[in-house]
Amino acid sequence: MNDAEIRKVLIEELGKIAPEVDLASIDAGADLREALDIDSIDFLNFVTALTHRLGIAIPEIDYPKLVTLSRARAYLAAKLEAGR
Amino acid sequence: MADFRMPSLGSDMEAGTLVEWLVKPGDRVKHGDIVAVVETQKGAIEVETFQAGEVEQLVVDVNTKVPVGTVLARIRTLEEARPGAAEQAPPVAPAAPPPEPVSAPAPVAPPFVVARPQAVPVGAARVRASPAARRLASQHGVDLAVLTGGGPEGAVTYADVERRVAESRPAAETRRAVGIDLDAMRIAIAAAMARSKREIPHYYLAHDVDVTGCETWLAEQNVARPPDSRLLLGALAVKATAVAARRFPAFNGFYRDGRFEPSSRIHVGLAIAIRGGGLAAPALHDADQLPLDEVMGRMRDLVQRTRLGRIRSSEIADPTITVSSLGERGVEALYGVIYPPQVAIVGFGKVVPRPWVIDGAIGARSVMTITLAADHRVSDGHGGALFLSEIGKLLQQPER
Repeated sequence: MNDAEIRKVLIEELGKIAPEVDLASIDAGADLREALDIDSIDFLNFVTALTHRLGIAIPEIDYPKLVTLSRARAYLAAKLEAGR
Repeated sequence: MADFRMPSLGSDMEAGTLVEWLVKPGDRVKHGDIVAVVETQKGAIEVETFQAGEVEQLVVDVNTKVPVGTVLARIRTLEEARPGAAEQAPPVAPAAPPPEPVSAPAPVAPPFVVARPQAVPVGAARVRASPAARRLASQHGVDLAVLTGGGPEGAVTYADVERRVAESRPAAETRRAVGIDLDAMRIAIAAAMARSKREIPHYYLAHDVDVTGCETWLAEQNVARPPDSRLLLGALAVKATAVAARRFPAFNGFYRDGRFEPSSRIHVGLAIAIRGGGLAAPALHDADQLPLDEVMGRMRDLVQRTRLGRIRSSEIADPTITVSSLGERGVEALYGVIYPPQVAIVGFGKVVPRPWVIDGAIGARSVMTITLAADHRVSDGHGGALFLSEIGKLLQQPER
């Protein structure tokens, strides 16, 4: 899965949580929780969806690596690279 | 013959609009089945039947607004004889002893009464999917072939089907404004909150609780769990409140007609913010009896359904006490407004690191401020303080 595909998955899953937000305009370095006004249950649903769609494990200690779009892309790329 | 009537779905509700029938004459229903969708100021509510039997007649048409109590449908209960071709007896009242079952088939009713036909195509290429995924897909009429499987080698998993079902529902509801009319909801909230402040003499208490132990315990638990079953502090908060309410019944129940009716069951209302400015507080039933995993699972489900506008009538009407939390991006303390006719609301603030004294020395601990707003006609500060302290104590032992 390349970067564009990862980005697509991220945008889709975030779109389910915050459907009214224009995700294309979100700054890649912005804190997603602030930008999208999502709570801990939303975030857990987001992590659950990523885990299922990408077939990777995301432990709790890694949550801070998912808080911005750019960090999330890097983290997921590395995870997929490492072959789960 | 039993009457299925327009229920009262809130203390101020006088009428509701029937927007969808989920059953038709001839369908079998059992206690708790969702049979209709009613539009109220609080949004679209799925209404359950408490009568079991066969739907005889739908009395009210779709898109009709009727007062609370109006008969919406007639249900022939299981005790009544079924008028067959050779049978002349009129339907028997449920109280009378039933005649020996004539043509009454054994109650092998279909488990669900679904609105959509279950058309799962039997194609030549068999889609790889888990048995649980297949069952769920067939129940909801989802074609497995159109799903992208998230499981091994692209197999369709239960979660994939679940997501598709959740996604396809809002589309059906946009025909009637997604079931959530935020303006109408705001009017309903305004009425309830104004009434609360007019009628209920509130008193307020606050208590700081060291939740470091909770956090450590949750982290340990979650290491071994996939995200589907991870636990959040919110679930502990709800469970602790429910268990504490068992010991302090003056905070669990309803104040109506000039007196307090304690409730024998504990249904915790969860204050859930809806994107765009809505707020609902549906019930998590019997929260004190459920294991923590179940509390967590039900919370996630309630939050999802609330935001999709799919709350059930029993969830709207039943909360006996409410819990409100503004989450980790909120503020330290939240003083709630009691939802009439309840008599208490417990608030959970955000967890912050604070200097704390342990064994005479200062250390950093994770501290959360919990608050209680309670009805002074029913309880006093002394009882309130004990109740709130009890919640704090329960949070010191998350593993129970």
